[in-house]
Amino acid sequence: MSQSVLDVRDVQKSFGAVTAAQDISVSVPEGAVYSLIGTNGAGKTTFVNMVTGYIKPDSGSITFGGRNITGLAPRQITRLGIHRSFQIAQLCNELTVEENMLVAGAIHASGRPSFLRSAHDARARERAVATLERFRIAEHRHRLIPELSGGVKKLLDIAMAMAGDTKVMLLDEPTSGVAADEKFPIMDLVIEALRAEGVTVIFVEHDMDIVTRYSERVLAFYDGRIIADDAPDEVLSDADVRRYVTGAPA
Amino acid sequence: MMRSNLLLSAFGAFAVLAAGSVILPDWAMFLFAMALAKGLVCLGIVGMMRGGLVSFGQGLYYCLGAYTATLVAGSFGVSDIFLLTLLSAGVCLLVGAAFGPLLANYRGIFFAMLSLALSMVLYGSLSKMSFIGGTDGLNIAAPTFLGWAPEGRPLQTALYIYVTALVVIAGTLMRIFFDSEQGLITLATRDNELRVEYLGASVRNVMSYTYVFGAVLGGIGGTIAVLALGHVDPEFAFWTTSGEFVFVAILAGYLSVPAVFVAAIILEMVRSFSNLYFPNTWQLALGIFLLAVIVMLPNGLGSLVRRRKEDAT
Repeated sequence: MSQSVLDVRDVQKSFGAVTAAQDISVSVPEGAVYSLIGTNGAGKTTFVNMVTGYIKPDSGSITFGGRNITGLAPRQITRLGIHRSFQIAQLCNELTVEENMLVAGAIHASGRPSFLRSAHDARARERAVATLERFRIAEHRHRLIPELSGGVKKLLDIAMAMAGDTKVMLLDEPTSGVAADEKFPIMDLVIEALRAEGVTVIFVEHDMDIVTRYSERVLAFYDGRIIADDAPDEVLSDADVRRYVTGAPA
Repeated sequence: MMRSNLLLSAFGAFAVLAAGSVILPDWAMFLFAMALAKGLVCLGIVGMMRGGLVSFGQGLYYCLGAYTATLVAGSFGVSDIFLLTLLSAGVCLLVGAAFGPLLANYRGIFFAMLSLALSMVLYGSLSKMSFIGGTDGLNIAAPTFLGWAPEGRPLQTALYIYVTALVVIAGTLMRIFFDSEQGLITLATRDNELRVEYLGASVRNVMSYTYVFGAVLGGIGGTIAVLALGHVDPEFAFWTTSGEFVFVAILAGYLSVPAVFVAAIILEMVRSFSNLYFPNTWQLALGIFLLAVIVMLPNGLGSLVRRRKEDAT
């Protein structure tokens, strides 16, 4: 197995009386595709938020490539190569699709965004359009965000996160809000693009068909704890997972 | 906008504005010089508006710039307009750099009120400092231009051309900033701070930069205003002065640089003429004018230019 790129050790997080994460420990190998499953409130998004710096754990540690990143700000973690997309696509609604990509390019690609260099110069636009083409949404580049379908928004959200040097990508429900017939094509596209670059993927998902088709390993969350951590078939046939997560008959 | 087109537009704007020095009567040249000086302050607010913030305390830097120029001129005998502008801008840069990172932690009404509070602290302090004139303020002698000391109409003309040149330079630089990578990130910040942070940029830095730019422009505007008026008093930092700047910024919107100066000139003209013809109700005229603009052009005068461009494409 490849070397571990992300190590989460004994992480705890409470919001008042509610324990959102308790004794979470995970080691994610480089280039792996992991999925996180669980009912609403099980702790999946809390996990993603802690890894990406949105929430600081009460205790425990998160290391990335051997470096302790516990409690770092989101932008610092992003700069290290851990990128994320959101359950509700986080885009700039007043800008066009291409301008959204240009923002991502200006931050990621140039290292230190310039006060003088035009954000719309030919090279920057070429880069932006190339990324949009990779995600097959270049045809929408002149449209404003509110004019887009849920699927295109999701792809743009992921494309923006991919504009930099991504080593780990966390996708929070990449197919939520997407039409049923778009789910698999979108996941095919995203996973293919991420695998092609050797990116480690962790995605939160409720659709078990997607979980079994795309992930190599599944972490099942319940009540802030990981109750199963194994290959998809093993996890989905686990009695506790069937009882607490999937609701399938044991 | 392409850089070459931008430079051409800048030269064109300078030529048109500078031509005013030949055709405008004295009173109009003074009015335009004051409007353009205030327009510089408003340009700073528009820069912040692009990031989603509105400062209600730009009077702080307007006043600070004016007092710096007056005190330096009075205490050290410096009369060169270039040096006075540079010194005032430098002082405002330092003060802006000190307050910017603090204010950049706040948003919406909290940012607006904090910036207003700072300007009112300056107003209160200056009003109590009798050794620099207290509420009466201070006078400043006419400036010199690299050793040349014009008087009368030539002085007014030189000052007008100077402010015109500053407006064109500041406007061009601001346009370059708006179109730059940082400028686009500022615009994205207005829309979605979370996305910007998760792309790896510091929203706080973005806000601090725009605040410092605003501070420098405020200081330059204040310097020009005090040199045109020959007098400064704490009213420069009073909240109504800052309110006027916000009025112009709202009137202009955040889409266009020239719109800021057009809005500043419109305000000065509406104020001057309504003051002349209905002195007791001129604020009413101003209020109705602003209401009309907000209803018909919610993104300000600048949206007219944007609409024309969109129609053309």
